[in-house]
Amino acid sequence: MSATDTVHPVDEAREPAFGFWRRSYAMLVKEFIQLRRDRVSFAMIVMIPVMQLLLFGYAINTTPRHLPTAVLIQEDSDLARSVLKALENTKYFRFTREVHSVAEFDDLLQSGKVLFGVEIPRGFERAVRRGDRPALLVAADATDPVAAGSALGTLGAVVQTALAHDLHIGDPPAMPFEIRAHARYNPAAESRLNIVPGLVGTILTMTMLIFTALSVTREIERGTMESLLSMPIKPVEVMFGKIIPYVIVGFVQASLIVGIGVLLFGVPILGSVALLAALTTLFITTNLSIGYTFSTIVQNQLQAMQMSMMFFLPSILLSGFMFPFAGMPVWAQYLGEGLPLTHYIRIVRAIMLKGAAPSNLQYDTIALIVLMLVAMTIAVTRFRRTLD
Amino acid sequence: MSSVSTTSAADIAIKVDGLSKSFGGREVVHDLSMQVKRGSIYGFLGPNGSGKTTTIRMLCGLLTPDAGEGTCLGYDIRRDADKIKRLVGYMTQRFSLYQDLSVRENLEFVARLYGMRDARGAARDMIRRIGLSGREEQLAGELSGGWKQRLALGACTLPNPQLLLLDEPTAGVDPKARRDFWNEIHALAAEGLTVLVSTHYMDEAERCHEIAYIAYGHLLAHGTVDEVIAKSALSTYTVSGDDLNGLAVELAGKPGVDMVAPFGTSLHVSGRDKSVLETTIAPYRDKRGWRWEDSEPSLEDVFIDLMNRSKDNFQ
Repeated sequence: MSATDTVHPVDEAREPAFGFWRRSYAMLVKEFIQLRRDRVSFAMIVMIPVMQLLLFGYAINTTPRHLPTAVLIQEDSDLARSVLKALENTKYFRFTREVHSVAEFDDLLQSGKVLFGVEIPRGFERAVRRGDRPALLVAADATDPVAAGSALGTLGAVVQTALAHDLHIGDPPAMPFEIRAHARYNPAAESRLNIVPGLVGTILTMTMLIFTALSVTREIERGTMESLLSMPIKPVEVMFGKIIPYVIVGFVQASLIVGIGVLLFGVPILGSVALLAALTTLFITTNLSIGYTFSTIVQNQLQAMQMSMMFFLPSILLSGFMFPFAGMPVWAQYLGEGLPLTHYIRIVRAIMLKGAAPSNLQYDTIALIVLMLVAMTIAVTRFRRTLD
Repeated sequence: MSSVSTTSAADIAIKVDGLSKSFGGREVVHDLSMQVKRGSIYGFLGPNGSGKTTTIRMLCGLLTPDAGEGTCLGYDIRRDADKIKRLVGYMTQRFSLYQDLSVRENLEFVARLYGMRDARGAARDMIRRIGLSGREEQLAGELSGGWKQRLALGACTLPNPQLLLLDEPTAGVDPKARRDFWNEIHALAAEGLTVLVSTHYMDEAERCHEIAYIAYGHLLAHGTVDEVIAKSALSTYTVSGDDLNGLAVELAGKPGVDMVAPFGTSLHVSGRDKSVLETTIAPYRDKRGWRWEDSEPSLEDVFIDLMNRSKDNFQ
């Protein structure tokens, strides 16, 4: 109509000045607005790096000290007490259990309740006085070579120095007794024997979490939740329907990893395969329940991924997979006890490398069941039956 | 209670009283009461954001009312949501079946959820009924708008509900598909099903046995189409002739003229006070070849007027 109207179309068809920057800027402004609205993402931006840094910085210790140790004292003598005191003074050992039979001693090591066992044989002091050089047995759970290695390596020299004063023997070079260190379960200290079983749990944690963490948010984002909620289905039924298919998927995945571990990496399965299968299924279900719980808490799929990440990273760091569990500070160990991977790693190492029986694994099995039930309860109560 | 009231209670599919619902401090539905007879088609009309969807969701237990009470098929909408869900088919405004499942798989899923014995057979019969034979294995997400809507209707009628809640089922669907859809709705109602359907289309409102008009969360009018028009007390003149645009601009805002709306080649001039309206239009009545006709307001006139008035009252 007016003159300007007829001129404009020509102008509009031409590329505006700084068009590239204007359009990029428009996109950038939009992204910032969206980022600011997404509170959870915003929190994650701060939480993930801070949490990782604190965990790495404080919790990880590759030369662990104060490792739980059982003592089997078959002789109560001054010398025996001095030897134990000297061992404790090395700071590597912390005596947590005193046992009275070899069976009990073996059981503690096998169940992973202690990492070391020290046995002082009967007639120890007399044999030393006689100059017979009796043997002092130090057995180590070497499934994790890192945890056991440094303690065993320094054992001889440190004890000798510590004892020199106590025993009043002028010339330290001659040890009055022999320390027989016995690295059980993984005598050659091969790290793959330790890593491969741990990987079974780590890989399963990652894949299982992500399978279910997206499940409820996906229904909400695609709009199918409205229809689902208008039909007669209960929260528990939705949960079971969403978890069970992935239990099978997880089982196939676990078989694959264990199979490759055995065939390619030569990791043994000393214990019962059926027991391993049963407890692996429990572990898979626990992780799926936790993932499903996340999906009932978060608002969208991005948040679900972030939450899975928040859970996965501490699982790797605090479960004993990468770094010795016993070497972590107490607060980190408590956190670790709340992670299913911690318990499964103990279970899988115990069954594959130590040939553990169900009785050795009671605590960790119960822990997994408890974690699973807690997750399921939260999920069912969090699941909103209305669109309110 | 007399025998009369018990029989009438059995004839009522939906009866709600004083329903209210707020979201984030904004009241979306205010003190809404309504009754729907069994076997009838009840049209639910109103502008966008008027509270239609919210009301429907409260009826089928997807939302909890802040205040008010009511029954749906004789069950309490607050306490018996589980029972109501078994007997009600709800068709959502946005397609909410699984886009990555095929037509057959979607229907079988619904049939299994309702615990139907022969889920496959039920799905097969429904595919035939909604005319999707030959498309059973097509993914729902790949269907066109009209087919999606048929599938959605099929899914919500599959478990043999007694009440259908349809939330703008024909939005974005072509006229032919809309007509087929309404024929199906009437067929279902003839079988005894009660249908509550929300819509924007006036022609669809006229296909309902009864209608209710809701704006800003308030129920403003209800009854048959004729009753609603009669109750409106709106006077309308239809003008035909040249330069109706000019006339519309001139009349707008004059005393007694509450609404001026073009309808094709004619103009509807309406007012609530007939005598004032007549005084205002008198000078124009014999001018420049315009033909004035004292006519009935259309349903649309009535609704727009109700909406304008409610805007004054509630906003």
